[in-house]
Amino acid sequence: MSRSLLRPGAEAVQGKGWLAAHKWLLLRRFSQLGILALFLVGPWFGWWIVKGNLAYSYTLSTLPLTDPYVLLQSLLAGQWPEKLAWIGVAIVLLFYLAVGGRSFCAWVCPLNMVTDAAAWLRSRLGIKGGPHVSRSVRYWILGMTFVVGALIGTIAWEMLNPVSMLHRGLIFGMGLAWLVVLSIFLFDLFVMRHGWCGHFCPVGAFYSLLGKGALLRVRLPQRDACNDCMDCFAVCPEQQVIRTALKAVGGAGPVILEANCTNCGRCIDVCSKEVFRFGLGATAAAPVCSGSGVAP
Amino acid sequence: MSDKAQTTTVASGKRRQFLVDSARLACGVGLLGVGMGFYAEHAKALPPAALRPPGALPESELAAACIRCGLCVRDCPFDILHLARPEEPMATGTPYFVARQRPCEMCEDIPCVVACPTGALDHSLTDINKAQMGLAVLVDQETCLNYLGMRCDICYRVCPVLDKAITLDPQTNQRTGHHTLFIPVVHSDYCTGCGKCEKACPTEVASIKVFPRYMAKGQLSEHYRLGWVEKEKAGHSLVAPDIEHHFNMPEGMHYELGKGLQQAPPAGGEAGDAVPRAFQEDQL
Ligand code: SF4
Ligand code: SF4
Ligand code: SF4
Ligand code: SF4
Ligand code: SF4
Repeated sequence: MSRSLLRPGAEAVQGKGWLAAHKWLLLRRFSQLGILALFLVGPWFGWWIVKGNLAYSYTLSTLPLTDPYVLLQSLLAGQWPEKLAWIGVAIVLLFYLAVGGRSFCAWVCPLNMVTDAAAWLRSRLGIKGGPHVSRSVRYWILGMTFVVGALIGTIAWEMLNPVSMLHRGLIFGMGLAWLVVLSIFLFDLFVMRHGWCGHFCPVGAFYSLLGKGALLRVRLPQRDACNDCMDCFAVCPEQQVIRTALKAVGGAGPVILEANCTNCGRCIDVCSKEVFRFGLGATAAAPVCSGSGVAP
Repeated sequence: MSDKAQTTTVASGKRRQFLVDSARLACGVGLLGVGMGFYAEHAKALPPAALRPPGALPESELAAACIRCGLCVRDCPFDILHLARPEEPMATGTPYFVARQRPCEMCEDIPCVVACPTGALDHSLTDINKAQMGLAVLVDQETCLNYLGMRCDICYRVCPVLDKAITLDPQTNQRTGHHTLFIPVVHSDYCTGCGKCEKACPTEVASIKVFPRYMAKGQLSEHYRLGWVEKEKAGHSLVAPDIEHHFNMPEGMHYELGKGLQQAPPAGGEAGDAVPRAFQEDQL
């Protein structure tokens, strides 16, 4: 058991083969790195497919995409953007309302690769313990960024935001931003399990607000097959989101409805019993899953 | 009864714990917020060497409007703009350029402004000659070659707003006594702050530098009026009557500009008339 927790997913690798047991992880890395690459081929090779960064980007001079969090802070600081920024924010909002806000974290955010690496190394090295901090701190920090920004009339959070610092740094020049990134890596590695993304990051917290009614969900059609190996808990960056759906707490349906599920799909990978799968529909009763996972 | 009392104590204990936890959280996050606020507030002043792209809002608003996307940086054909890195002393991620490295070429179509998706670079700026990125200041009269008596004139000649933003004003060279200094004088009505003069100045450290306007520009008090301007507007002197100027000279002497005291007063120049000396000097 303890061996399985050090190497969660070992059973799944045995059962399905390495590739199938890493399918969503690989797809996710492909997405994160691919998006980054789209931003980088411009400055590196002069192929201007995408200009800008995650705050706002302009693809092929036709598709604007705006980060709703930074735009909201700008509005609260008393500023009014131009038309393209509005179109961009509408597209992004619709997209994340459909796929779940925190899909941003698992599939786009470049810092996720850093914190994932820290979490992986931490489990490999068997580092345990650390301070107990409520996962709701991020919402307090989120609120604070709005209040402080509005009070002093500026986008104050952008002075510190490690997400944009990293992404902008990679594309426009890093400066000392790598120190911030390294601090987060070391913090997650030695101090707190999933410390940054799971407890503090207001960007993730903001995107989770868009996840309430998302269509794309992790469903558990085979939850009865669960053998309590705990591998899904071991790999999930937001493990508190699994239990309700897996154990049918309070008669919950076989679908993860928590806004903080990042749709990373790692639970699907590591489960040797094929309990999880992606599915569409915001309610437990949606007719996507085949067979056994009917809500009690 | 006692059962009920117990549940209430448990409930109130829980509520208490919740309140304490919340207070602790609020304090921690509040502290972070205060720190962040101070930091952001400090970053509202632009360092002297950094200039904002054309159309940039005043410094106090720029960091609120700019979402740090870098589209302006990308669409600048001369690649002069940078996004501030976290260690640089201004709002992280906002665009700037350094005149001595690469000045703004004042593109007629102002692509940086057009690209900006927010109001950070004001889209109402369509004439690049109206840009106010900064203001040139001839900072060192001891090293400016024209002040030293040479005809460098480089700043004057590279200025895109030729003969308006910088003029060369002739003055007597007091050192030689019979040469002219051509003093570069910057006119804030026309200077866009593009930085070409600073870039081109041949002295080891530029003798003319472009600073953010808030640093470089003085301002008269509201109630100040320039007598000669008002006089021209009114068509006549406002301090009536306009007294003819006289010098209070020793008997039989008069004063000529550049020559000093002279014998033999010119016709009509009476020395020592009745107007008090102090009042006469006021008319200078
Ligand atoms: S929580 Fe923040 S840092 Fe982590 S993946 Fe999400 S946006 Fe990125
Ligand atoms: S006016 Fe032209 S050279 Fe100047 S900052 Fe804008 S794009 Fe660059
Ligand atoms: S384009 Fe506008 S919003 Fe984007 S970095 Fe430049 S000034 Fe800021
Ligand atoms: S370019 Fe420099 S040295 Fe030459 S006149 Fe202008 S300020 Fe003086
Ligand atoms: S900064 Fe210098 S070159 Fe540019 S407009 Fe002003 S005086 Fe002319």
